[in-house]
Amino acid sequence: MTSNGAPHTLPTGHARIDHMEMKGIVKRFPGVLAANQVDFDVRTGEVHALLGENGAGKSTLMKILYGMYQPDAGQITIDGKVASIHSPADAIRQGIGMIHQHFMLVPSLTVAENVALGMPSSRAPMLDLDVVSERIVQLAKTYGLQVDPECPVWQLAVGEQQRIEIIKALYRGAALLILDEPTAVLTPQEVDDLFVTLRQMTADGHALIFISHKLHEVLNISDRITVLRDGCVVGSVPAQGATKSGLARMMVGRDVVFQYKRDEVQTGDVLLRVEDLTAQSDRGTPALRAVSFDVHAGEILGLAGVSGNGQRELAQVIFGLRSATGGKVWLGSQDVTNKEPDTLNALGMSYIPEERMLDGVITDFTVAENVILQEHGQAPCSRGRLFLNPRAILQRSSELIRAFDIKTPNANTPIKSLSGGNIQKLILARELRRKPRVLIAAQPTRGVDIGATEYIHQCLLDQRAQGTATLLISEDLDEIMALSDRIAVLYEGTVVGIVDRKDANVEQLGLMMAGVRADAAS
Amino acid sequence: MIGDLLNATVLIGIASSGIQLATPYLYASIGEMFGQRSGVLNLGVEGMMLMGAFTAFYTVHNTGSLVLGVLAALMIGALMGLAMAVISVTLQAEQGISGIGIYLFGLGMSDLLFQKSFSQIVTVRGFPTIRIPLLSEIPVIGEVFFEHNLLVYVAFALVPLAWFVLNKTTLGLKIRAVGQNPQAADTMGISVARVRYFTVTLGGMLASMAGASLSIALLNVFQQNMTAGQGFIAVALVYFGSWRPGGVLIGALLFSTVNALQLWVRTKGIDIPAEYASMAPYLLTILALVFASKRVDQPAALSKPFERGD
Repeated sequence: MTSNGAPHTLPTGHARIDHMEMKGIVKRFPGVLAANQVDFDVRTGEVHALLGENGAGKSTLMKILYGMYQPDAGQITIDGKVASIHSPADAIRQGIGMIHQHFMLVPSLTVAENVALGMPSSRAPMLDLDVVSERIVQLAKTYGLQVDPECPVWQLAVGEQQRIEIIKALYRGAALLILDEPTAVLTPQEVDDLFVTLRQMTADGHALIFISHKLHEVLNISDRITVLRDGCVVGSVPAQGATKSGLARMMVGRDVVFQYKRDEVQTGDVLLRVEDLTAQSDRGTPALRAVSFDVHAGEILGLAGVSGNGQRELAQVIFGLRSATGGKVWLGSQDVTNKEPDTLNALGMSYIPEERMLDGVITDFTVAENVILQEHGQAPCSRGRLFLNPRAILQRSSELIRAFDIKTPNANTPIKSLSGGNIQKLILARELRRKPRVLIAAQPTRGVDIGATEYIHQCLLDQRAQGTATLLISEDLDEIMALSDRIAVLYEGTVVGIVDRKDANVEQLGLMMAGVRADAAS
Repeated sequence: MIGDLLNATVLIGIASSGIQLATPYLYASIGEMFGQRSGVLNLGVEGMMLMGAFTAFYTVHNTGSLVLGVLAALMIGALMGLAMAVISVTLQAEQGISGIGIYLFGLGMSDLLFQKSFSQIVTVRGFPTIRIPLLSEIPVIGEVFFEHNLLVYVAFALVPLAWFVLNKTTLGLKIRAVGQNPQAADTMGISVARVRYFTVTLGGMLASMAGASLSIALLNVFQQNMTAGQGFIAVALVYFGSWRPGGVLIGALLFSTVNALQLWVRTKGIDIPAEYASMAPYLLTILALVFASKRVDQPAALSKPFERGD
């Protein structure tokens, strides 16, 4: 695929990078070897995917290439010459651009201001935003991206913000572009659009590094695939002929289940009912506009949608962490609108929050202390509601650690030294121990390794079999498709439709995630 | 009595002194605004004002040169601003606390130096009133706006200048970006530390000038703690003005006019306890802050030290 016939300058007018090589890169963080003798390279005109689980070292390696970290050993060469990259400014000068997983945009500034940021102006020291805008429009046209240079960034949808990031990099003359999990926040259709842009860029002579843990995307877009695990390169293969199961094995080190065993479960009464629920966002704008749905016993209702369409607020309102400004929440036959979390806990509702480090655990507490966060005042964890009962606490923690296969030295280890997957398993263990009637699971496997993801998915299916009503909120369509009985799609605070999983397909859901109603999308 | 309260000369007098009294607020708030726009909350303004007031006063008293007085104040302000920058940017200390440290240092140091240098209260010849030709001839307006000393005019000129720098220059764009999203600025190759050093040092220089405007232009004396909380009000004014130069100007004028009224009420010997009048600006600050909701220009990274990485 290497297009050696491509011209030596890119359509942006900048020189291309024929071959970038990282050799023997080593990076240590306290207690972790994040990159261990890693070799990685990319050529003009190709997409080289960097595949690996969370924590495998993909982002670290790319932050080294972009000058945000300094390697402890190893070197980077560009077109055969050793490149010293000590800061992002150095990287930009050498023609390297990076699209970060969390966009690096200043929300209060306009598109043009964001693009001009840090660039020399033709009218220094004054800004030349009109010149910048013109160039943006020109670049946008070349690459088929639509942008309005005058628009403040906070008004843009996530997909649009990503286009601004790409333009920002192109404006800076990026010949080599690093894309860190660029599809995580996009609808399937937006992913297709992005891939069209990326293919055009490679055809024009750009070199692209595509970071992901989604196998089908990697297989779709790349020419070569390098797999990282625990900071080491496991292998590097051409995309042609690679298979999902083969890549997954390289990533995880063992065979991975893609299909779960799900029994037919007879659904029962409605246990969670949400009626015309409205609520405001942190900024005081409407976040939920009359959301209604219900979840039956023994059913998983998947709630799909692009991040920021009200999922977070919905979970918070149901669990009493945010006030509903209108509408009702019913738990069984009981009205629980705006009830406190401890009341809801007592009534049989459990919540797996989306921000596990902020809302799920207290990071400075030990595993055992986190286990008893809700029940520290009740027997047997407490004696007479005044004193903690260390023996009972330890016993409960040890049981959960064993039952849920949580990898921790012991129950008195600080929770923050556990991996994301193990922390999530602990939260799950704590919440499921109470045998909830209703479970709200928000992004239960985000940032969690494949092993733990499989485990958590199986747990959710087991709960379903035991008659729990589960609301699964996820931005990962694969997860929604794998677990749900019915799928609701949230767009700008409204449910655009609820479809049966058996009748659902990714294209239809993708359109719904972009706001097209269910009947029109099918 | 009421007729006396509302007579024209009195109103002109109050308006004119309102303009004058806005001067220290403007210097200090505009300087503080630059710091906050880049994400640094400097609570040490008051201490920097006191040091600037003393340095300018001492220099003018000993050399008789107003230019040297201003230069000395700018220098000491730059030094104190640099100290704040080292503490809050490089050492990443809690900004609220380090600002209070700078304040207490300025408060104590200026008094100590004053006691060592002067045995009694003395005055200096400060900046003379400059009547702007023609403009000062306009009835009422001329008297209110165009019969002031140089430092007053400069303070007001700073407002459009600050607006221009923030909104129309590459430097201003960097400052705004660093205050809103330092990570993004960093990835765009901007040195967050360098921008913050610049704004905090500039803020120190302007705070120092605020003090100097009191001691060598408006009052022409130095006294222990002569700023009496104006530095803290200047910090509040930045919030009040929504981090915009125009907003800061409105706030400064509002407060200085209330101040002028309050001083006038006191000289009239009207039977309201003076304390109520002195409290007015502070109450106004609190009310303004309570009712001001979160605004677009509020720097999202305000008072958060920046460290590269996650």
